[in-house]
This record gives sequence, structure tokens and C-alpha cells, in this order.
Amino acid sequence: MDFTYDDEQLALREAVRGLLATTYADHDSRRRTVAEDPGFDRALWGRLAEMGVLGLPFSEEHGGVGAGPVEIGIVCRELGRVLAPEPYLASVVHAGGLVAAVGTPAQKADLLGRLSAGELVLAAAGTAPGTGRASGAAGVRASVSGDAWTLDGVADPVVGGESADVLVVTAALPDDAGTGVFLVESGAAAVTGYAAADLTRAASVRFDASDATPLGEPGRDLRASVATIADLTRIMGANQALGVMESQVRATTDYLKSRKQFGVTLNTFQALTFRAADMYVSLELATSVVDWATMTIAGGDRHAVADAADRAGLQVSRAGRHIGQEAIQLHGGIGMTAEYAVGVGTAHLEVLDQWLGNGLHHLSRLSARVTDHDLVEALS
Amino acid sequence: MQLELSAEDAAFREEMRTFFTTEVSQQIRDTVLEGRHLTKDQIVESQQVLNAAGLAVPHWPVEWGGKDWTDLQRHLWHEEMQRAGVPIPLAFNASMIGPVIAQFGSQAQKERFLPATANLDIWWSQGFSEPDAGSDLASLRTSAVRDGDDWVVNGQKTWTTLGQHGDWIFTLVRTDPEVKKQAGISMLLIDMTTPGVEVRPIELIDGGHEVNEVWFSDVRVPGDLLVGEPGQGWTIAKFLLGNERVGVAPVGATKRALATLKTTAADQLDDPLVRARVAELENDLLALELTALRVVAHSAGGEPHPASSVLKLRGTELQQAVSELALDLAGPASLAARAGDDSPQEGWARRSAPTYLNLRKASIYGGSNEVQRQIISRTILGL
Ligand SMILES: Cc1cc2nc3c(=O)[nH]c(=O)nc-3n(C[C@H](O)[C@H](O)[C@H](O)COP(=O)(O)OP(=O)(O)OC[C@H]3O[C@@H](n4cnc5c(N)ncnc54)[C@H](O)[C@@H]3O)c2cc1C
Repeated sequence: MDFTYDDEQLALREAVRGLLATTYADHDSRRRTVAEDPGFDRALWGRLAEMGVLGLPFSEEHGGVGAGPVEIGIVCRELGRVLAPEPYLASVVHAGGLVAAVGTPAQKADLLGRLSAGELVLAAAGTAPGTGRASGAAGVRASVSGDAWTLDGVADPVVGGESADVLVVTAALPDDAGTGVFLVESGAAAVTGYAAADLTRAASVRFDASDATPLGEPGRDLRASVATIADLTRIMGANQALGVMESQVRATTDYLKSRKQFGVTLNTFQALTFRAADMYVSLELATSVVDWATMTIAGGDRHAVADAADRAGLQVSRAGRHIGQEAIQLHGGIGMTAEYAVGVGTAHLEVLDQWLGNGLHHLSRLSARVTDHDLVEALS
Repeated sequence: MQLELSAEDAAFREEMRTFFTTEVSQQIRDTVLEGRHLTKDQIVESQQVLNAAGLAVPHWPVEWGGKDWTDLQRHLWHEEMQRAGVPIPLAFNASMIGPVIAQFGSQAQKERFLPATANLDIWWSQGFSEPDAGSDLASLRTSAVRDGDDWVVNGQKTWTTLGQHGDWIFTLVRTDPEVKKQAGISMLLIDMTTPGVEVRPIELIDGGHEVNEVWFSDVRVPGDLLVGEPGQGWTIAKFLLGNERVGVAPVGATKRALATLKTTAADQLDDPLVRARVAELENDLLALELTALRVVAHSAGGEPHPASSVLKLRGTELQQAVSELALDLAGPASLAARAGDDSPQEGWARRSAPTYLNLRKASIYGGSNEVQRQIISRTILGL
């Protein structure tokens, strides 16, 4: 049992941190980036590809790097620290994850190679990982005639959908045969983009007899794989949220040390320092569960991963509410402004949470399983 | 980063689990698991079983019965013990005065006290707090004045846990009123049968007799019972309280208590609100346990990980939260708190209100939770 990064992981963290700092040295650069299309920095996306970050989760034979969950978690955490709007979770972790999980060898080699190289942006459409209908694909239906497949229906929100070249769509199979996953060229669907509360981009996607290619074996029910990739995405989203919260706790303590009122710095007031201490407690506890959940992925048991996703999701959701709210409160008015990172971080935490699974969702799933075990085992 | 225990640690855990569940009497373990009070004899018996196997004081120096384990092994020992319902070795002996004597005591003190302390042949009490010296412990006033080779002690200690069983008490006393308050404190070991020592019970809100006042009137203490040097008491106290904090986050016991509650109140688990509260507590306890593991894995070199304050703070909050849930699940049955054993109400329900009330102590002692927040905000956040 070991909760520390090895030297290579530390080097990866420094490299990603360094690269992100060139684009998002301050919150202003993030504000400028999200204000313009496509809502993230294409040049940075290209450099992430060159560094191997976009190919991190995929095997070398498909053009990736073949790194493990801990490495992907490190990247997500760094993205979170600077509130990076790049669609890493949506494109690489979620949509890329679906391709890697269910695609045919040819599909994987084609799509994952180009995704890793930064030549292709993917988005996952059809369901949000965190809704109760996570693997049900209620909004989009697939039809087949001969071996030509088409899709109908609406998927919304599709995070990163506006800039995607190819949509990876989960849809209900004909005759209640379960859930399929399909590839749709973005031109074959009507994509209407919008900004979420944190100014990252999502889209409403309408399919109207849109041409679709089955991902993997046509007609197979892929519900279990879809759910597992949603769980993995949840855990990586929790890593990203941790990065946001780390920055918020740091910004808040710095602010308490520098902001003066009544002729003294705010850290003179114990009412405030105690609240900062409680924020730190929430951050440490959430870090422990997210690290644990990330390591659980390596074990490869999909039920264990589902459980870990719920546990990390709930913990991070609670911590995000606590830290996100207190970060604004302890900053006072400045925390409310769009030009200041702290409050935007709180918006980002909510977007991650509502997209990937909020506290209510995970608590309800965990509650259903409460009588399945005597104790929750931390170490197997 | 890796989750699995090494084969060696997994085997170690298995060995502990087997020992605790087979060598310590079932009756004692059931008493703990059901949240009933242990008698003094049960506490002594259990510690002696552990000590005979070399498992009572593994964190002491090897020459005095310690084990030279890794921090992780010590953690596993502690968790498995709680999980099995084995009483933790008496903290005053095993975690407080033992390590102090081993570190600061004279050779004669070590030989005289350490074996008897490990085996609970001597029951120690902790005489630190006074009516006017709580969180601000250094303002204590109980005085010790030199008279020939002896010290003559006058004053009052309070909140002395289980002082009614105490054979000896380790005290902080003021030996020099002239210097800065911390510098004038010394540690004296006092035989509680010495003339002039009086123990008076304090009744707590749960009706129990758990703490006492201890009064000292012209108590004569031989000079060789001062630990370390005169004036070194505050340094020793900080060393001792640092060890105390690590022991007061009873993760395993709280997990066990929640699991037991799921069985005893099984019929109420159909209610989704009850299930949600259990699920939330289980997740919070998981977070706490994993944080404890992170702290253990990082504490190499003896320096406690800064997050150990998190463990005390959160550990006691969760211990209290589980007791709140038990009380809520007991509902009206909890009114039978002081009913006799012929009560038709179940034992766990009858104990739930006193337990809830009793556990309010957890966020007050061992460095109150406000003191823990102070430590976090000052030493970790630099505020
Ligand atoms: C059941 C029980 C058993 C105990 N057993 C023992 C024992 O065996 N031996 C022994 O020596 N002592 C024992 N204690 C005493 C315990 O260590 C003290 O109660 C503790 O140090 C707090 O002191 P106090 O009760 O005087 O509260 P105070 O120090 O008067 O504190 C009152 C309140 O103010 C808060 N507070 C104090 N200072 C600050 C500050 N600077 N900033 C913010 N908040 C502050 C406290 O957290 C608390 O909430 C026991 C206590 C209890 C309740």
C-alpha cells in the first residue's frame, strides 16, 4: 500500500503543470480563452498531444502511451488547478474511453491514433454519465435497415460537442435490445453549442435519421461497458475537482493573510481561520478517497470501480459544496466576480458535479447497497 | 501509488486478526462490541493477554517490550484490535506514561515502572488538567516544593479519568513559580496511596462515574520520582500529548459500531432516509480511514504527518455522529436509559442516550477540536 507518486509520476505532474502555466498563467488568460470559439486553446491542445497527454489512456498499438489511471488522474488534477476549459474529460477520458472499451481493432487504431495526435476531437453524446439513466440512453434511438444504421432523438448536454469532429453516441437499440454505441460525423447531426455556468462549452445535439456507424460489433448490448466508462470518467472528474479545490484552499489562505480590514489582516480573526481549517479537512478527506478510487481502477474489477466512483463522487460533491462556498464567503465581494478565479472555480465544481454525478445521485446509489455489506473495506 | 498490502503486511494483518479473535475472551469482546462498560478486571485481563504475547506495547522501545514495527503494521494492529472488540491497552499506561518514562526516565524508573506498566500491574491516571487549566494547560498551579530530598505537593487536579482505579498518577506540577509559566513545570509520579491524596468522584451527564477530582494536601513525594529534569515537564507533556492525539481517532471502533447498528436496527433499514444516513456515514468513515492510511504511510522518520490533526478532529466527529444515529434509531426506547435489566427494551437502545451524551467528551479532551483547528490553521495553513 502506497499513496505517493513515483518519480516518473512527479515528472509528469511537473511537465503538465509547466505546460498549462504557459497558457493559463493567470485567470485572465482563461477568461479570454473561454470568451472566444472554440472555448479552449487549440494550440495548447496540440502541445498536450505532443507531450503524449492526449494519448495517455490508450495502448501503444493504437497510437497512445498506455499509461495507468494514476497518470490520467494527475493530468486531470492539473487541469482542474487552472480551471482549464480543454475538453480532456469529455473527449479523451469519456469518448476516447468508450472507443477503447468497445471499438473494433480498426476503429481503435483509426480514432484513438488521431485523438492522441490531436488531429481529431471526440465528444460522448446520448447520456450524461451522472444521470440516473446513465446507461439507458433514453434520449436517442437507433434504427437499422439492412446494415445501415441511423439515429433519432436529442442528446443534451453533450460536453465539448460543439468542437467535436466525431460524436460517440449511446443510443437505445431497436426492439429493446439494450444500449448500443455509434459513431456519427458531426456534420450528420444538428449541433447547437452553448456555455455552461463555468463558461466551458456544451451542446444540444439533434439526430434526425442521422447516419451512424456502430462502434464495435453491431447490435450488441453495451450497457455494462458504457456504465463502466461513465464510472471511470466520474473518478477522473473527481480528480479534476480536487485540483480546483486545492487552488481554492490555497487562494483563500493567501487572501486571509494579505487582505486587511479593521487595520489588521483577516487571519487575525479566529472565526475565519477555523473555517479555513475546516476547508483543509474537507480537502484532505476528499483527496484520500479520490486517490483510493483512482487506484481501484487498476484492479480491473468493474463492480469495485462502480463502487469507488460512487464513493469518490459523493465525497467530492460534499467537499466541493463546502470548499466552493467557503472560498467565496471568505473572500467577500471579490469572490463573486467573474474576473477572480475563486468564484469561477465554484462554478466549475458544480458543472463537473452535475454533469458527472452529484451527491444526491451517488448517495442514492450507495444507500441502495447499504445492506449488501457489513463494513466498507478500505484495503482488500 | 498502489492499493494492495504487500504479502508480508497482509500476512501480518491475518496474524493479528487471528490472535485477537481467538486469544481474547469472547465475553470481553462482546462487551466492547455491544458498547457495554468493561470492569476493571476485564480491562486488566485483556491487556495481560496481549502483553503475554508481546502485543500490548508494540510502539515502545524494543528493550522494554516494543516491536520495532513499521507505522503501517502498528496501524493494522490497532485497527484489527478495534475490529475484533479487543479493548485498546489502557492509554494512560501504554500511550502516555510508558513512552515518556522510556524516553525521559532514569534507568531506575524504567526498571521499576515499565514492565509493570505494560502488564497493567500498575494502573496509571493522568493528572494534568486543573479547574483553571484546561486548554491553557501551562497555567496549572498545583505546586511542588523541595523539602530535603522530597517534593511536597499541594493543589487540585480534575477530570482524572478512572482515577478511582488508579494506583499511580503522573502529574504536571509547578516546581518554579518565578520563571515563564512553561519553564516552571515538572513531571512527578505519585503513588495514589500516599497520605494526603484524595480522590473525589464527579458524576457525568450519562450518570457514570468516569472522572474524578484528585486533591493533594502536603503530599510527600520522594525526589527520585521526578521524571527528567526539574522544569522539563512542559517538553515531556508536549511529547505525551503528541502521542495521545494519534490514539484518539478510533476509526475501527466507529466502523464496527456502525456495522453493529445495521444489525441491531435492521428493521429500520427499509427507510430510505435511514439508509442514506448510514451510507453517508460509511463514506465519511472510509475517507477518514484512508486518510489515516495516508498519514501512516507518510509518517516515516517519526515526525507526525500534519494531517494527524484531521484524524482527531474528524474521528471524534464521526464517533459522535454514529452515536447520534443510534439514538435516533432507538427513538422512544432510549428513554429507558436507567431502567433495570428486566426492561423490555433492548440493551443497545437503552444505552443509546447515555452513550450519545458521554461521547460529547471526545471533542473536548485530547486537545479539543478547537485546539485541533488552531493547529491546522497555524501550522499547516500558516494563518
Ligand atoms: C470525560 C473527560 C475526561 C478527561 N480525562 C482527563 C484526564 O484523565 N486527565 C486530564 O488531565 N484531563 C482530562 N480531561 C480534561 C481535558 O483535557 C480538558 O477538558 C480539555 O483540555 C479542555 O479544557 P477545559 O475543559 O478546561 O475547557 P476550556 O479550555 O475552558 O475550553 C472551553 C471551550 O473553549 C474552547 N477554547 C479554549 N481555548 C480556545 C482557544 N484558544 N481558541 C478557541 N477555542 C478555545 C475549547 O475548545 C472549549 O470548547 C478530561 C476531560 C473530559 C471531558
